Amino acid sequence: MTSAREDILDRVRTALGRDRISSDTRTKLDRRLSDPPSYERPGLGEDRVHLFATRLTAVRGGFRKTDSGHVMESIADCLDRHGLERAIIAAPALEHLSWPADWNVSFGASRGDDRVSVTPCFAAVAETGSVVLLSGPDSPTSLNFLPEYHIVLVRAEQLLDHVEDVWEKLRSTGAPARTVNFITGPSKTADIEQTIQYGAHGPRSLDVVYISTLQECL
Amino acid sequence: MSDHAKPPRVGLFVTCLVDLFRPNIGFASIKLLEQAGCEVDVPAQQTCCGQPAFNSGDYDATRRIAKQVIEVFEKYDYAVGPSGSCMATMRAHYRDLFEDDPPWLERVDRFGERVYELLSFLTDVMGVARVDAGFAATATYHDSCSGLRELGVKQQPRRLLESVSGFRLQEMDDSEVCCGFGGTFCVKYPEISARMVTDKIAAIEASGADTLIGGDLGCLMNMGGRLSRLGKPVKVYHTAEILADMAGGPAIGEVDAE
Amino acid sequence: MPTAASHLFKQRVPAALADRDLKAAMDKAQDGFIGKREQAVSQYPGFEALRELGREIKDHTLAHLDFYLDRYERQVQRNGGHVHWARNSNEARTIILDLCKRANARNVTKGKSMVSEEIGLNGALEESGIAVHETDLGEYIIQLAGETPSHIIAPALHKTKAQVSDLFHAKHQRYGFHQRLTEAPALVNEARQVLRRRYLDAEVGITGANFLIAENGSNMIVTNEGNGDLTRTMAKVHIVTAGIEKLVPTLEDATVLLRLLTRSATGQEFSAYTTLSNGPRREEDPDGPDEYHVVLVDNVRTEMLGNEFRSMLRCIRCGACMNHCPVYGAVGGHVYGWVYPGPMGSVLTPLNVGLEEAGDLPNACTLNGRCQSVCPVNIPLPDLLRRLRRRQHETGLDSRYSRAALRLWTALAARPALYRRAMQWGAVAMKRLAGRRGRLRRFPLAGGWTRSRDMPAPAGSTFQTLYTLYKEGRRR
Repeated sequence: MTSAREDILDRVRTALGRDRISSDTRTKLDRRLSDPPSYERPGLGEDRVHLFATRLTAVRGGFRKTDSGHVMESIADCLDRHGLERAIIAAPALEHLSWPADWNVSFGASRGDDRVSVTPCFAAVAETGSVVLLSGPDSPTSLNFLPEYHIVLVRAEQLLDHVEDVWEKLRSTGAPARTVNFITGPSKTADIEQTIQYGAHGPRSLDVVYISTLQECL
Repeated sequence: MSDHAKPPRVGLFVTCLVDLFRPNIGFASIKLLEQAGCEVDVPAQQTCCGQPAFNSGDYDATRRIAKQVIEVFEKYDYAVGPSGSCMATMRAHYRDLFEDDPPWLERVDRFGERVYELLSFLTDVMGVARVDAGFAATATYHDSCSGLRELGVKQQPRRLLESVSGFRLQEMDDSEVCCGFGGTFCVKYPEISARMVTDKIAAIEASGADTLIGGDLGCLMNMGGRLSRLGKPVKVYHTAEILADMAGGPAIGEVDAE
Repeated sequence: MPTAASHLFKQRVPAALADRDLKAAMDKAQDGFIGKREQAVSQYPGFEALRELGREIKDHTLAHLDFYLDRYERQVQRNGGHVHWARNSNEARTIILDLCKRANARNVTKGKSMVSEEIGLNGALEESGIAVHETDLGEYIIQLAGETPSHIIAPALHKTKAQVSDLFHAKHQRYGFHQRLTEAPALVNEARQVLRRRYLDAEVGITGANFLIAENGSNMIVTNEGNGDLTRTMAKVHIVTAGIEKLVPTLEDATVLLRLLTRSATGQEFSAYTTLSNGPRREEDPDGPDEYHVVLVDNVRTEMLGNEFRSMLRCIRCGACMNHCPVYGAVGGHVYGWVYPGPMGSVLTPLNVGLEEAGDLPNACTLNGRCQSVCPVNIPLPDLLRRLRRRQHETGLDSRYSRAALRLWTALAARPALYRRAMQWGAVAMKRLAGRRGRLRRFPLAGGWTRSRDMPAPAGSTFQTLYTLYKEGRRR
């Protein structure tokens, strides 16, 4: 008996009216995979940071611009806006930051009952207002979904123009992470009478703290 | 008018519905085409475009009818008719029938590019920009689906209607949504069709228009028949009747005054 | 495969039309979807060119599907995942059931997956004593109600807030929620609390796929709730179910389709969550599934690839066709009687369950073409429906009445002289029947028409008769 795999592939070839793909075609298709087509990308037409902030806030994401000397103030600002205590679960990648001594900060994956998470990101996308996070020991995926409030730190050089720029950056990192999350605003649903409600399953709010380069500050 | 030395010879495709229910639209079409400088002939050998058979999946019967239509009409410079639906069948769909018959396919393609819906022909081919007609009404226009989506009929009738004196166009919401006619659909699924036409009537009424205009008699009979059943005073005319200044008689479905 | 009730279409239409809640829900939903899409499309210059590109990408992939499937499989394996192949629903269910049993699963969470509906997965798992928890709020609502989705991206579209309120009040008592909630935020919040426990309890999480990417073996899912991410992150085993047509070559190709998908579906520029899954937890990962499986389902797809319905495999399941369909808007999704409703469903259902069962679906359509005009990959849906009618006609499955009527009409149409006489006779007869009213309130053989409409009466002479007189007059 042939395996389902062989059977399906055979049926595909029969349906396409041909035998296995010729080596010429294979070479062409291999090339298409290793050197992906560059399609026209949507025009962005304005300042990248401004566009990112506009797109993000349009989907109810929070945006704060700061510099590397004032990250904690910005995080505190986010917490205050939501009326939250200084109790945070943060990605291990952020352990090196100078967290205020009187904050209750732990590092690691979420257990499910954390209120606030703070994570770094791999990239951000101006076209869509998204932050992009990779899973890994430094940035557990559960932090992106289980806590009720999610704060993401974006460094200026991480902000890219288009979704495609993320793919290029990803390819340059080598072996793919288990999960790549594009997050664009808080969790939401319109499943009850097509009216948008926030905080369906994931975080009720998403705040981005954008850390400018020194140059941008000047 | 185009700069042909000889006027273009147009074979008018009357359509079954116009032939049976509303000859006035046929005469209005002749008048408009002649005003535009065409030499119009109405071949007596014409019958149906074959759409009922085609949409019922009977490709063999449609092919026979299509051949007959082509044989009758290909001798003219253009085949023109006052219906987006019939003309789309001839222009856009006949070729589906002859996929396996290259000689006929070529013939169909040569024919197809000379097939036009009336309003599209008058404006896009003959360059007519205005008409000499008067009709006092606040009217709304229904975009029949085949004309709109298969032949791109949208602005052409509106542009010409604007030049009718006393005429005011008042767009309704969802003018591009199907009225529920759909050929045999309206008798096969009468309840769904009734819901669709009822929604359409609500949009017509909400527009505040006293007159409904459209380019396909099937849709107009559907909407007119529903308006009349509901006792609504909105009058229904085909675009060609208004543009040809031939909308003096009773509207579609209206009581004859005589 | 779930049992089809498509043969009941005609029978179920009147009740659907009489349902006021359904009418209110459908009107609201369609207005919302149509308006949001229109706005998103108008803000994207070159959307038409993007549609064309999307079509090309899908056609290219389908034309080389064996190559891309093979490459995808190898990349998944390289990432530490497993690929399973299922020729049909039965095989797909068996594979998934085995995986669940091996994981000693008692609780399974599910992200939204239409393929899982197509293969009748929930029923099979439940029969084996495994509790299935739908996590997409819409899917959760209809699961509680014991119903099936009425829309492919908004499964509970047909439900009003009051109905959801009743449902939660009845079904959430056992979790200690006794208060009746009436407002949407509170209802969403209660479901959040109930389902949060499910994510943490489940041994297996099952999701669908929006795109399978051959280049690197990624599975891309788009959601707004985040339920798909919790489903695949928290369980020990993550299973992806996907039709083989979900393949795309590269991330760049997926991006084009993604830009089309979100705008066409909900009018969004981007969904809240767009996620790539690349296999199981890496050695150093603090969370994520231990196992990652992809079940590739054929189920009629290879058959469609080889016949005149190949273009249907371009479908990216956005729902725009049904959002813009006036028939779907009138009757809702349930009367279609199987998994997929609306125009795309009227093509897919007969191909899956047969024309004997679903013969009404391709006919219950006015061929108005609005579906195709908004389809992100330009599937010629009206043409495909007509081709199904052709199959029906050629296999003698159309009704005897319509066959006879059609034969009479085409016989007339083929004989111009007879046709002219018959039309003239008809014009006279109908005018007489109408009398002085100018319209017919009843007409033989057209009861469907005259039940809700008058039939305008003919003028009494056909155009051809009058034209002959007119020409003679001109000659004189």
